[in-house]
Amino acid sequence: MSNSVLVAVDGSEGGGRALQYARERAKLDGAKLIVTYVIEWSPYSFNTPEENAERHMRREQEIERATEGVVAPAAALLKADGIEHETVVTHGPPAETLIKLAEKHNVQHIFIGRRGQSGIKSLLFGSVAGNLIQTSPVPVVVVP
Amino acid sequence: MVRLLAALIAVLLFSFPAHAGFDDTFNELTAPVAAAVGSFVFFKISIFGAQLPIVVLWLVIGAVFFTFYMGFVNIGGFKHAIQLVRGDYADPDSPGEVSHFQALATAVSGTVGIGNIGGVAVAVTIGGAGATFWLIVAGFLGMSTKFVECTLGVKYRQENPDGSVSGGPMYYMRKGFEARGMGGFGKFMGTFYAIGIFIGALGIGNMFQSNQAYVQLNTVAGGGLDGLGWLVGLILAAVVFAVIIGGIKSIARVTEKIVPFMAIFYCLFAIIVILMNFTSIPEAIGNIFSGAFTGAGVQGGAIGALIIGFQRAVFSNEAGIGSASIAHAAVRTPEPVTEGYVSLLEPFIDTIVICTITALVIGTSQVADPNFAGDATGVAMTSAAFERQISWFPLPLAFGALLFAFSTMISWSYYGLKGWTYLFGEGHMGQTIYKLIFCGFVALGCMVQLGPILDISDALVFLICVPNILALYFLAPIVRREMLSYKARVASGEIKRYNG
Repeated sequence: MSNSVLVAVDGSEGGGRALQYARERAKLDGAKLIVTYVIEWSPYSFNTPEENAERHMRREQEIERATEGVVAPAAALLKADGIEHETVVTHGPPAETLIKLAEKHNVQHIFIGRRGQSGIKSLLFGSVAGNLIQTSPVPVVVVP
Repeated sequence: MVRLLAALIAVLLFSFPAHAGFDDTFNELTAPVAAAVGSFVFFKISIFGAQLPIVVLWLVIGAVFFTFYMGFVNIGGFKHAIQLVRGDYADPDSPGEVSHFQALATAVSGTVGIGNIGGVAVAVTIGGAGATFWLIVAGFLGMSTKFVECTLGVKYRQENPDGSVSGGPMYYMRKGFEARGMGGFGKFMGTFYAIGIFIGALGIGNMFQSNQAYVQLNTVAGGGLDGLGWLVGLILAAVVFAVIIGGIKSIARVTEKIVPFMAIFYCLFAIIVILMNFTSIPEAIGNIFSGAFTGAGVQGGAIGALIIGFQRAVFSNEAGIGSASIAHAAVRTPEPVTEGYVSLLEPFIDTIVICTITALVIGTSQVADPNFAGDATGVAMTSAAFERQISWFPLPLAFGALLFAFSTMISWSYYGLKGWTYLFGEGHMGQTIYKLIFCGFVALGCMVQLGPILDISDALVFLICVPNILALYFLAPIVRREMLSYKARVASGEIKRYNG
């Protein structure tokens, strides 16, 4: 198993904390970081024709926003620290996609931030961290 | 700006129906127009004493031809279509684009409409039980027509400067004929089609839908909405306005999410009703087969039943109209033919499954009690069939009909819009004008009776089949070539299967 770690970011504070934590750890053990932004998307949703026609355009915009706004600044930070890293921006169901990427990159851990939602909201929509913990093949570190 | 326009429309519409007799007046005015348009489009020839509209013959011959020419793709391609929808061939490295499932769901939302509930009742009333048989045959053959038109829709679509896409028959007519050195003819056809789909969008995709939604609401209200068609129309128009002009996407999004579940809910209860009528099932099925070939009690006999069945099938699944290819053109795929495969599931779901179920609900009720519906027709007749067994069902049915009507209107507003932008460009002002016209017709649809309205929308939809099928004949060799090459590459493993 390679000495690499997957860290999930999404522009939220939780994602920022996960990145910060992963960064500190990487400084100590020299691990490689796979900085990942999964844009929530499902191939099984129902759309209007207009949404379909604009889909390609929106997809490009979403990728650009995630890259410019979140992933590129994170990469710049890691570069300044001299930490080896790779970035991934992709669409998909979050937990499932993170697991696929973890397998693909053969990582040791997944670092993820906590969204801090509770009660009805997480009951209805589930929580990425919760799903991930239940199904991940590698240890998951949930950064509070 | 939007609010100002809304207020303006409201004032215009309200100043119109000042007296209760408005609906009647309007009907008197539209009936002769409907008759004139209908007799032009449905120019009939006499075969064995039955009156056969040439345009129906045109569609049937087209569908039969494509079924043979594509090597019965409607049977052979069925399994592959399901694999595509399931995402077995989706490239895991490029997620986030419109999936095959989404393209199918959107197109089905557009076709599963009032036609599946009310149109079938109309077919059975005029064409007898035998019309159901021909309806199913038409759905089966229509799968091939859809395959051809949706493949072409993706192949010849246009990418707009802003990154969105526009496609459909007008584009494959223009570009496809150009590629065959017939640019001038292609341009003419494209323009003709664009005008046709724009006008057709106001009929099948608009007035017919809002009209039937009103009829069903009125039935549930026990006639309490008599003479209030204008009011229901106005409310419906306002909601459509909010979505297509106001850009309130949440309404459309909620509808698009509910409609598939409504369709499943509808089928489920329909099957329950059929099972409750179980003693009548054998006779009802017998009637469908015997009626198909004898046409007992139907004007024009078996041929009469056939004509009605085919006419209603097209009206419901839209194969040959070309509308679905506008919806499918949005999918980004390196293989246009994959959208053709996926689209052949639409007539199957729409006609062979849902319409047949409705026909059996009506058929079994008729066997049990020939006069179960009184003189009700259309949606009201289907509703009565449900009510015989499940007394409260007309209420959810009315709600379902309203949603089906609404989602079909949203889809068709887009189809019509693409015709309009093909003609007048993608300019924002022009699009708003189109959308205003569309909303006006939603309101209008509730003000007229079913007879003339059905005649007008039928006529307009069948009119655009003429250039569309003609274009499909010319371009079918291209589709066939693509299909054969694709099949060979799937067989050789060059096109990879990722799942399953």
